[in-house]
Amino acid sequence: MSSTSDHHVILRVTAKFLIPIITLYAFYVQFHGDYSPGGGFQAGVIFAVGIILYALIFGVVDALTLVPAIFARYLALFGFLLYGSVGVVAMLNGGLFLDYDFLVAEGPEGHWGQHIGIIVIELGVLFAVAGSMLTIFYSFAGRAPEIDDEDW
Amino acid sequence: MAEFIFERYNYWAVIFLMMIGLYVTFQAGNMIKRLIGLSVFQTSVFLFYITLGKIRGGSAPILFGHDYLQEHGGHEDDGHGAGHGGDHAAAAGHDVAHSANEGVDELGRPFVDGYIEPGHVGGAPLQELYSNPLPHVLILTAIVVGVATLAVGLALVVRIRESYGTIEMDEVREADIKHADTEASAETA
Amino acid sequence: MPFDLVSLLPDGFVRHLPVLLVIVPLLLAPVCAAIPSWRATWAIALGGIVFSLICALGLLQQVMETGRISYALGGWAPPLGIEFAVDMLNAPILLLVSAIGVLATIFALPTIVKDVNKEKRALFFAAYLMCFAGLLGVAVTADAFNLFVFLEVSSISTYVLVAIGGSRDRRAFVAGFNYLIMGSIGATFYVIGIGFLYAATGTLNMADIAARIPEVADSKTIHAGFAFIVVGLGLKAAMFPLHQWLPNAYAYAPNFVTVFLSATATKVAFYALIRLLFSVFSPELSFQEIIFTWVLAPLAAIAAIACSFQAIFQTDIKRMLAYSSVAQVGYMLLGLSLASADGVSASLFHLINHAMMKGALFMAVSGVVLSLGSSQLRDFAGIARKAPWTATALGIAALSLVGVPLTAGFLSKVALFKAALVQDWWWVVVVLGISSVLAVLYVGRLLETVFFKTPGPAQLQVKEAPLMVLIPLWVLALACIYYGLDASFITTLTDGAASVAFSGGQP
Repeated sequence: MSSTSDHHVILRVTAKFLIPIITLYAFYVQFHGDYSPGGGFQAGVIFAVGIILYALIFGVVDALTLVPAIFARYLALFGFLLYGSVGVVAMLNGGLFLDYDFLVAEGPEGHWGQHIGIIVIELGVLFAVAGSMLTIFYSFAGRAPEIDDEDW
Repeated sequence: MAEFIFERYNYWAVIFLMMIGLYVTFQAGNMIKRLIGLSVFQTSVFLFYITLGKIRGGSAPILFGHDYLQEHGGHEDDGHGAGHGGDHAAAAGHDVAHSANEGVDELGRPFVDGYIEPGHVGGAPLQELYSNPLPHVLILTAIVVGVATLAVGLALVVRIRESYGTIEMDEVREADIKHADTEASAETA
Repeated sequence: MPFDLVSLLPDGFVRHLPVLLVIVPLLLAPVCAAIPSWRATWAIALGGIVFSLICALGLLQQVMETGRISYALGGWAPPLGIEFAVDMLNAPILLLVSAIGVLATIFALPTIVKDVNKEKRALFFAAYLMCFAGLLGVAVTADAFNLFVFLEVSSISTYVLVAIGGSRDRRAFVAGFNYLIMGSIGATFYVIGIGFLYAATGTLNMADIAARIPEVADSKTIHAGFAFIVVGLGLKAAMFPLHQWLPNAYAYAPNFVTVFLSATATKVAFYALIRLLFSVFSPELSFQEIIFTWVLAPLAAIAAIACSFQAIFQTDIKRMLAYSSVAQVGYMLLGLSLASADGVSASLFHLINHAMMKGALFMAVSGVVLSLGSSQLRDFAGIARKAPWTATALGIAALSLVGVPLTAGFLSKVALFKAALVQDWWWVVVVLGISSVLAVLYVGRLLETVFFKTPGPAQLQVKEAPLMVLIPLWVLALACIYYGLDASFITTLTDGAASVAFSGGQP
């Protein structure tokens, strides 16, 4: 979609306002998830929705320059590994797999480990979900549109 | 009788959705419609679980009011660390009560096998009524699984459409039979 | 125990074996997806699976020495937290899956070149590792809902693995799609069943559910949950008549995928069925006895005869073997429906044997397909002259499938006979007899074609399968003979498994 056709100008302008707000909301849901409903899964989907909305309004090609497909894929893989690494670190520190209490050296009364554990886990989920959603979207949207109008 | 039916309205909704979903999944010849049917079917199960977790009069399972104060008011040193993971409490030479099988810890929380009994917080039974959060968590997982299944299914439909030129089950089957026939006749000739 | 592995492993390591077994392949999967070189991903996959095999061996030794091992994920004690548990029932399954995994991975290197496009191979191995980790997870978890999650991790990657064959034969897409629809319905049925159990008992830990079921056993909730779980897992295990997805999926999937799935996927689903039917529910429950005698046993008998019959008329060898697999699931189910320790032991014995011989059969067929390019029966005429080693291994595994004495298949069939006769279920013996005669027919057709027919010009071009196919193939073929002579190792395992199954899953 080229930028010269501007009969979608209202859509474009609205989207330009909305996309930053959607992204911000994603981070709100993410970090507020520590002590209220929310968390990485919802935040990841909302974040991906922001990018997907951009792709719908400005075209997949523009979206691909904004967030390349390879980046989305590696983001998902990184998120997955980040999640797993929390478990492995806990294990290396002498706890059981995913036992957040062992993430930081603290007395039995401390609960910093729990806070850090859940934040890192949720970050991993955020990356994994946002990356996967974008990868799924790109792999469908990126295929050549070859279905005739009469087929619909 | 009417009471019996209306009291269980949530189950009727679940059964209704479930039957629609299964019917569409088996009956539809269009692969996309089959996937839609499958999604409706799965959604009915999500609904089933979520209604299981509902407790009449219960609020969202976030501590509030008296329970919140019990958890946070004044006891900076409680929280998860003390109750959770009896093994490292014992390792730090902590109170022996932790390693005991049953009992009450220094904050008055009932213990079984070194873990806090559910339904207690900050030394006292819960004051407010909460819905059961567990089914929601399970269903969040099931939704993710459903999304993944749907994505793989749609990807397959795209590939089927690209190689067969159709997404109707019957036409795909005909194309396969025709293909097998030409293969067989090519070899006998 | 013939070996002492645990003492060789580092100290802090042994404690984590139940979870390392699963998470190492699971975490290697994204690593594989990130690496572009597919040979490197093959090496990583092999490394991860060998690691799991070591873990499985270590666990088996530990379980034999000390009994049930429990691992609380995240330090949250069961029954509230998710628990991984290894006992005599699932330790042999873990060993089976990881051993077959190692052999199949070695076999993958030469066959994948033919079957999968180059740019897909790295991702292919990532999906394979996910599938493998999911199968191990199903076997190791002691949490009913967690079982569903792992079941779907393995199933979703299986759909992908089957459909990757589509670049060679487009029918694989349709087979994968149908498998996806049926598999998802099966998994969802299982979730509904677990929902009923949760509603009735308020817990998801298997041992905990088992402890609470007797109080509520006569409620309709439990009955409905039981029915949903049996149907759901039965679909995954290709229990007759829920097996419709299997022949096409096996026939059109890449060779390597067929080998791996035939030897592991349905086996793990079958294990889950045993776990749920015997350790969570109990055969003493009155409704379960009725279901066993009047539903499962007749269906299993029909499967053993009807699907053997269908196998005779297949022109494609892979489809023939696939129908034979469904018939063999019928054998195992017959052993199960006896609801006795002997029956469960015999059916697990047959399960392990079947994994070995079907793995070997599919490997041998794939080895020929590599140079022949077709899996039609008539194209296999006289290939024994050109590929004697492959054909001999094929012959050994095929004879074991029929149940010829001195092969593993013979001993497990005898065990099934014995278990049935103890209960005077003479008709089971008749059914197995008829089914074996039918097996002689289809295996006879295969062996006659391979060994005695005159090869045509195309068949003379057939080459011996590459060494990396022959090694895993012969390991399995020799295992079929070895365990046909002395099966004491397997029977010790399966007897232990059966006694665990009947102790209600209690630690």
